[in-house]
Amino acid sequence: MSEHGEVATGTPDPLLELRQVNKSFGVVHVLHDVDFAVYPGQVTALVGDNGAGKSTLAKVIAGIYGRDSGEYLFEGQSVTVHGPRDVAALGVEVVYQDLALCDNLDVVDNMFLGRELRKGITLDDVAMEAKARETLASLSVRTVKSVRQSVASLSGGQRQTVAIAKAVLWNSRIVILDEPTAALGVAQTRQVLDLVRRLADHGLGVVLISHNMNDVLEVADRITALFLGRVAADVPAKEVSHNQIVELITAGRSGDLGIRDVSTATI
Amino acid sequence: MTTKPEEQAPTETASPEDEPQGFRARLRRVVQRVLAVLRHQFSLLVEEGRTYLGRLRGGDMGSLPALLGLVVLFVVFTIAHDRFLTTYNMANLVVQAASICVLAMGLVFVLLLGEIDLSAGVAGGASATITALSIVDNGWSWWIAVLAGMGVGVLIGLAIGLLVALLGIPSFVVTLAFFLALQAVPLKLIGSGGSIRFNDEVLRGLSIKNVGVTAGWIAAIVIVVGYAALSLWRHRTRVSKGLVHKPMVLVLIRIAIFTGVVIGITALLSANRAPNPNLFNISGLPWVAPVVVALLLFWTFMLTRTRFGRHLYAVGGNAEAARRAGINVTRIKVVAFMICSGMAAIAGILSASYSGKVSPGSGGGNELLYAVGAAVIGGTSLFGGRGRAIDAVVGGLVIATIPNGLGLLDQASYINFLVTGGVLLLAASVDAISRRRRSAAGV
Repeated sequence: MSEHGEVATGTPDPLLELRQVNKSFGVVHVLHDVDFAVYPGQVTALVGDNGAGKSTLAKVIAGIYGRDSGEYLFEGQSVTVHGPRDVAALGVEVVYQDLALCDNLDVVDNMFLGRELRKGITLDDVAMEAKARETLASLSVRTVKSVRQSVASLSGGQRQTVAIAKAVLWNSRIVILDEPTAALGVAQTRQVLDLVRRLADHGLGVVLISHNMNDVLEVADRITALFLGRVAADVPAKEVSHNQIVELITAGRSGDLGIRDVSTATI
Repeated sequence: MTTKPEEQAPTETASPEDEPQGFRARLRRVVQRVLAVLRHQFSLLVEEGRTYLGRLRGGDMGSLPALLGLVVLFVVFTIAHDRFLTTYNMANLVVQAASICVLAMGLVFVLLLGEIDLSAGVAGGASATITALSIVDNGWSWWIAVLAGMGVGVLIGLAIGLLVALLGIPSFVVTLAFFLALQAVPLKLIGSGGSIRFNDEVLRGLSIKNVGVTAGWIAAIVIVVGYAALSLWRHRTRVSKGLVHKPMVLVLIRIAIFTGVVIGITALLSANRAPNPNLFNISGLPWVAPVVVALLLFWTFMLTRTRFGRHLYAVGGNAEAARRAGINVTRIKVVAFMICSGMAAIAGILSASYSGKVSPGSGGGNELLYAVGAAVIGGTSLFGGRGRAIDAVVGGLVIATIPNGLGLLDQASYINFLVTGGVLLLAASVDAISRRRRSAAGV
């Protein structure tokens, strides 16, 4: 993984960094000495085949899984992470693939779920609605017609938008998106990708986990490819082609990129 | 639901210089402005009506089936029996509906989570037994006895809630077990074939005494003014902050309907309804009515205006999403069962107050199914996530009307069972169909 040092020059300091992370489930060694970094204002795509360890890595970042070894750094400082709450306190929000929205509640209620604003003991609906509108406006979201619509009446893209806006509402620093476009049509994918780009333009660190190479090449600034639980490459998106990424994902190697000796890489 | 934030009618922009002088011209301008406002409000109303129709078509019917059912039942029974639509019988109906409404209101909390409490009826019976024994055997004053009964109810709910939420036993099974086991309580304490007289002046008085006519009117006016002020104030706040709001005209129509209903009921029950008006004077709201209204206001506030209520809906809508949002799902579930059984205790006491006694069979009959039917007919979904406290009251009136009317018609009691069963099934079908339409239409 010598190329890691080369590409890191000229980029800002990482907001969040994992160093030499290992994770096993029983006898299955899922993550091998993984280095992963998220930079402010950049979209980092996390790509890899099924079982390459993308979701495990995301859950380690989110604090859902612990690490067997390795360091967790936030803004260059080593931090102890015991669970999702610690990670949320750092300003890291995860938007899960199966959207965590309640269909019977409206957009505002969903965005503030679990963190409702109150005036005395009553809910401060006025302040919540105003703040939700403000957040949606700051993300230039125009697709959601009314913030008092129930979430059940929204399309897949709109729901994804609400889920992302919910993550942004709390002044987060990093947003991790797990397959945000997996179930969407063309136009809706467009909306969500635009939103992902806008998040990074707002200075947030964005992690995009995706299977879709077109999406990745379109919005990502950096690409981290996993192969059998190892980092095959961590490169600026401009420097790789579609085919190279596919090779990295499927073979762990592409030209002078990738794992040196693929044959020794086993689970 | 959706209205454009800018609602104010377009105002005339004529500057004062080119305004024609004279009274007639000024009058014409004022009339024109008023007409413009009216036209604007009317168009907003039409739009709102269209949205509402869309929601109905999408299966989101709320209390509408219950209101229609109530109208149908009233028309049928009024035609069938000339004594049905008398103030005397209407007051009776209010007293009969009270315990069903309260039980159903409690069940709404459990139904909102997509759970069921089959034991609520007998929990009410057991609690009422405790209350009655506290008064008769221990000589406690009524309010301590009521607190004891409610305490028993809440404890039953705690046990059910913990078994459901922590052990993960389906609520259907847990509460079925409690339904069987709790019937033992009154049977052991009272003895089979016996009964305890429930003749405490205050508690029995809930059903047989009435609020004074003057006090009733004052309460009605306070409620109407309070509702109107709150609606208008909330509307103003939303408009001034540029938030989503209903058109003004709709707010006014709602206030008018609310006022009509409250004043109408008060006027109806303030008249002397004694069968022989020259000998007796029976007038005023039965005391149970303010009890039900107070519970309704309290729980509506809790469900719509507090964090607990919001979390309850969230857990009912998507428990996993609620958990990820940091909501303590276990606690919400346990509290919902505690509220349900606590309300069941109140319902049991009201039911004992109506019949004047507690017997081993109290709460073991079809009270529970009446209450489930009431909640569902009123618009609470059996699938969780949808329901309001008012649903229980509207549905409770529908359910109570059936035995009331059939009783007047001197029908054999098997008819009563058949009709009530049919109504429950009908309500559940409406719920299931509207749910399917909702998921298809995405409302």
